[in-house]
Parts: sequence; structure tokens; C-alpha cells
Amino acid sequence: MLLGSRIRSQTAYRTSFWLTVATSVGVGLIEFIEIYVILTNVPVFGGMTFAQAALVFALANMGFSFADMVFGQFDSMPSHLRLGRLEVMLVRPLPLIVQFVTADFQLRRLGRVAVGLVIMVLALGYLDLTPTPAVVYLLIITPFVGGAIYGALFVMAGGVQFFVIDGAEFTSAFVYGGSYAGQLPGSVLLEPVRILFTFVIPATATAYLPALIILDLPGPAFLPSWLGWFAPLFAVWAWVLALLAWRAGIRRFTGAGG
Amino acid sequence: MRTYFQLAAAGFHRYSTYRMAIAAGVITQSVFGFIRVSVMFAAVAAAGGELAGYDRQQASTYVWLGQALLAPVALFGWTELADRIKTGDIAVDLARPVDVQLSWWAADLGRAAFQLLTRGLAPLVIGAVTIGFALPGSWTAYPLGLVSVLLAVSLSFIIRFGVNLIAFWSLDIRGFIGLYLVIVAPFSGLYVPVHLFPDWLRTIAYATPFPSLLQFPIDVLSGRVLGVDALLVVAMQAGWLVLLVAVTRLLMARAALRLVVQGG
Repeated sequence: MLLGSRIRSQTAYRTSFWLTVATSVGVGLIEFIEIYVILTNVPVFGGMTFAQAALVFALANMGFSFADMVFGQFDSMPSHLRLGRLEVMLVRPLPLIVQFVTADFQLRRLGRVAVGLVIMVLALGYLDLTPTPAVVYLLIITPFVGGAIYGALFVMAGGVQFFVIDGAEFTSAFVYGGSYAGQLPGSVLLEPVRILFTFVIPATATAYLPALIILDLPGPAFLPSWLGWFAPLFAVWAWVLALLAWRAGIRRFTGAGG
Repeated sequence: MRTYFQLAAAGFHRYSTYRMAIAAGVITQSVFGFIRVSVMFAAVAAAGGELAGYDRQQASTYVWLGQALLAPVALFGWTELADRIKTGDIAVDLARPVDVQLSWWAADLGRAAFQLLTRGLAPLVIGAVTIGFALPGSWTAYPLGLVSVLLAVSLSFIIRFGVNLIAFWSLDIRGFIGLYLVIVAPFSGLYVPVHLFPDWLRTIAYATPFPSLLQFPIDVLSGRVLGVDALLVVAMQAGWLVLLVAVTRLLMARAALRLVVQGG
């Protein structure tokens, strides 16, 4: 019901709605420029062709767009904290996480999901894969598993905000840095970065690892391709971290009498 | 003139209050720096050790100078002027005995100086220690680079000032700011060097003032362009600055004529 009202309010002003949808499509395309530019210069990037790298980008991008649509509000934690709005939210008879999710559910971000979907379809057209059950299964669940992982990062960042007021940028290193790392072929990452964004912040599990199985490619050092089957486990791990961070944050919170 | 120096000093001090934010910014710039270095190294390796004049060392220089300049040049989000236009406070600003544009400009230069010394230098040092990078082939790169950075900071300010002026005509400028970010990030050379773009895209990029914000100061500072070429790049930045100052001042004058502030 809450979500329905948010969606209706956003579609009330049609021009403005479509303008923001266009911008979010633009954001999706702009992010793709990097992969596009590099692969016009070199034929193979991190062991992947343009179509293969595009598939990784599309899977990760769809996952991140889903997460941003549902959990993007956690980004505004610092201003909620500073303005003392959190006290008001805490006394409402609804879990805080649910309130954040419904506070500003952004339908326009579907524009970005669409960009990812189009790039994925084009890449798949070029790749000409054999649609085995494993490939189809991974193609379908990966954007959702990726969405779950990125969503966990948003919630985790929200929890950390309670400890580092004014340090909002610190969390963007992991949320947006994770999104950036997740969209790249994981093999290009320098080894310490690759380990950080797989085993601590499981960004490569949102697209690159499952894509290795889909494309039947071997993985680089530290990332054997069979890890791709365990992407849902990485998501569970990310949510355990996220909920721990969130609970620790809420416990630590002391209102300023707002 | 004294007034503007004081405004610049105030801008400098304003940002020194938030120490946690500085530390957070340094960590973020460094994490992104490591990812971007990974990307450039992989691309250079795939091209056989050299790509559009970038070898590993120069690629690292490009990335870390970019991470260092990102905060001072401030490509992203600034709506203070638009907010004052929306609330009508701009009427008070216009009545003050200082120039609106110059006073914001001075404050922004103060902010940039502070950001350069903190968020700028720290990721540069982290990058130098962990990855290492190339030094320019001639000492002239340093003074010219400093001029180039000063021009880039000013140019970035004038462009953001111009985008904020839209608030005189359209009350909600969030859409325009979003669109601006979409355009400025790739064309300034933030993701990959503009020099790597395919021909058609590179031509478009060079025709805009955006490479002057990040790509060109990096080129001058790193010694990718030297001597007369470097002077030409700096002259082009200065040209854009003069042009855009003229345009924004004209817009400002037009806007002031049609400004109606209610209540008071």
C-alpha cells in the first residue's frame, strides 16, 4: 500500500517523470562508455571480448539498479541523522528498514534496469550461447542475486553511518566502489583489490563469477569459475554483515531529543 | 580586492571543520584509484604495453592525478546558488556591495585550495607509494600545471554557476544538474582518458569545455604535453574561461532584470 502510493505520486507529473527516466537511461549508458572505449582500443580486456565484457556489465548493472531502486534511500541516512528525523521514524510501528525502503521508492530507476536489459540482450545475440539449463538458470537469477548483494551493501553502509557521521563518503567507497568493481571483468582487478571485492565485499559475485560459468571461461588467480555457483551464498554473507552493521548502528544511536 | 581574499580564506576554513569527511574522502578516492589503475593497467597490457601514449607508469600518473584533482575541481553537485534563487535570498545578494559571481568564485577558490592540500595530496601520496608513477620530462610542467589547475577550478566553478543560473527560469533544476553530471563525467576524462575515445566521440569531447576540467590539467601536470603544446592547452582553457564568464555574466544581467521576489 505504501509502495503503491509512492508510485502513484511519481507518475502524477508525466513530463517530469519521463525526463527523470531519460536521465537515468543516460546514466546507465554513460557508465557503459568506459567498457566501450577500452574495447574499441583493444580486442580483449581481462580475457573477455567486447560482447563478453558487455554481458558482465549488463548483469551487474541490472543488479545494482534493482538494489538502488529498493534500497537507494539508505544513502540519505546522514541527513536523516543530522536533522533528527530518525527519532520520528523510530516511534512509528513499522521496522526502520521497511520505512526506508518505502520512503522514496524510485520507479524512474527502472530506466537503468532497461539499459542493462537491452545491453544484455544485444550481448547474448552476439555471443550465440547454447541455452543449457545451467546457462538459462544463471542468466535469470544473477540480476536478482546481484540486486540482493548490492542491496546488502546499501544497508551495511547505512549502519556504518551511525558510527561515522560526516563520513558519508567512506561508505560510498564500498557501495559505489563495489558497483564499479562489479561491472568490470574481475580478472582486470589488481590482486588485493580483487580479493577485497570478492571475499569481503562480494562485488565480483554479482556478475563476473556467474558470467564465467555462462561463458565457459576459466577464472583468474583466486577466482576459480566454480565460485559462480555460490553467488547466492555470497549474498547471504553480505546480508549477515549488513544486518549486523545495521543492528550495531541502531543500538549505538542516541537521539538528540529531536 | 581585500574582501575577495577574505571570502577565499573563509571558503578555505569552512571545509577544514569536517575532519572525518576529509578522511572518508581520502579513503574513497584511494579505493576508486586502485580500481581505475587496475582498469588502465589491464587495458595497457592488452594493447601490448602502450596505449595511445600511455605506458603503465603514465597510466598510473593519469589515474592518481585524476583522483587528486577530483575534489578541488569539484565536478559534482553544487546547488547553493540555485537554492538562494529558489528561496529569494538572491535579492539580498544582489543588493550587497560585492559582485555576486566574484564573491562565490573567491569562496570556491578558497575551498579548492583546501581540498587540494588535503583530499588532493593524500591520494596522490598513497598512489605514489603503492603503485608509483612517472614524473614529467621537464620542470616547466609544474608551474604550467599549477596555472592549468587554477584555470580548471575556475572553469568548473563558472560552469556550475551557469547551471545554477537556470534556477531563475526553472524552479526545479535537479533534472538539469543530473543531466550535467551525465555529460561532464565522461567528457572530462574521469573514466578513461579522452585521448582513448573513438574518433567521433573524441571530436565531440574536444569541442566542449569539459576536457579542460580534468584531462587537460592532467596532461599538463604529467608532462604529456610540454613546451609550446602545453602553452596552447593552457591558452585554450583560458579562452573557455573568458568566454563562459562573459556568457554567465550576460545571463546574470538578464535574470536580474526579470527577477521578482515576493514578500519580504
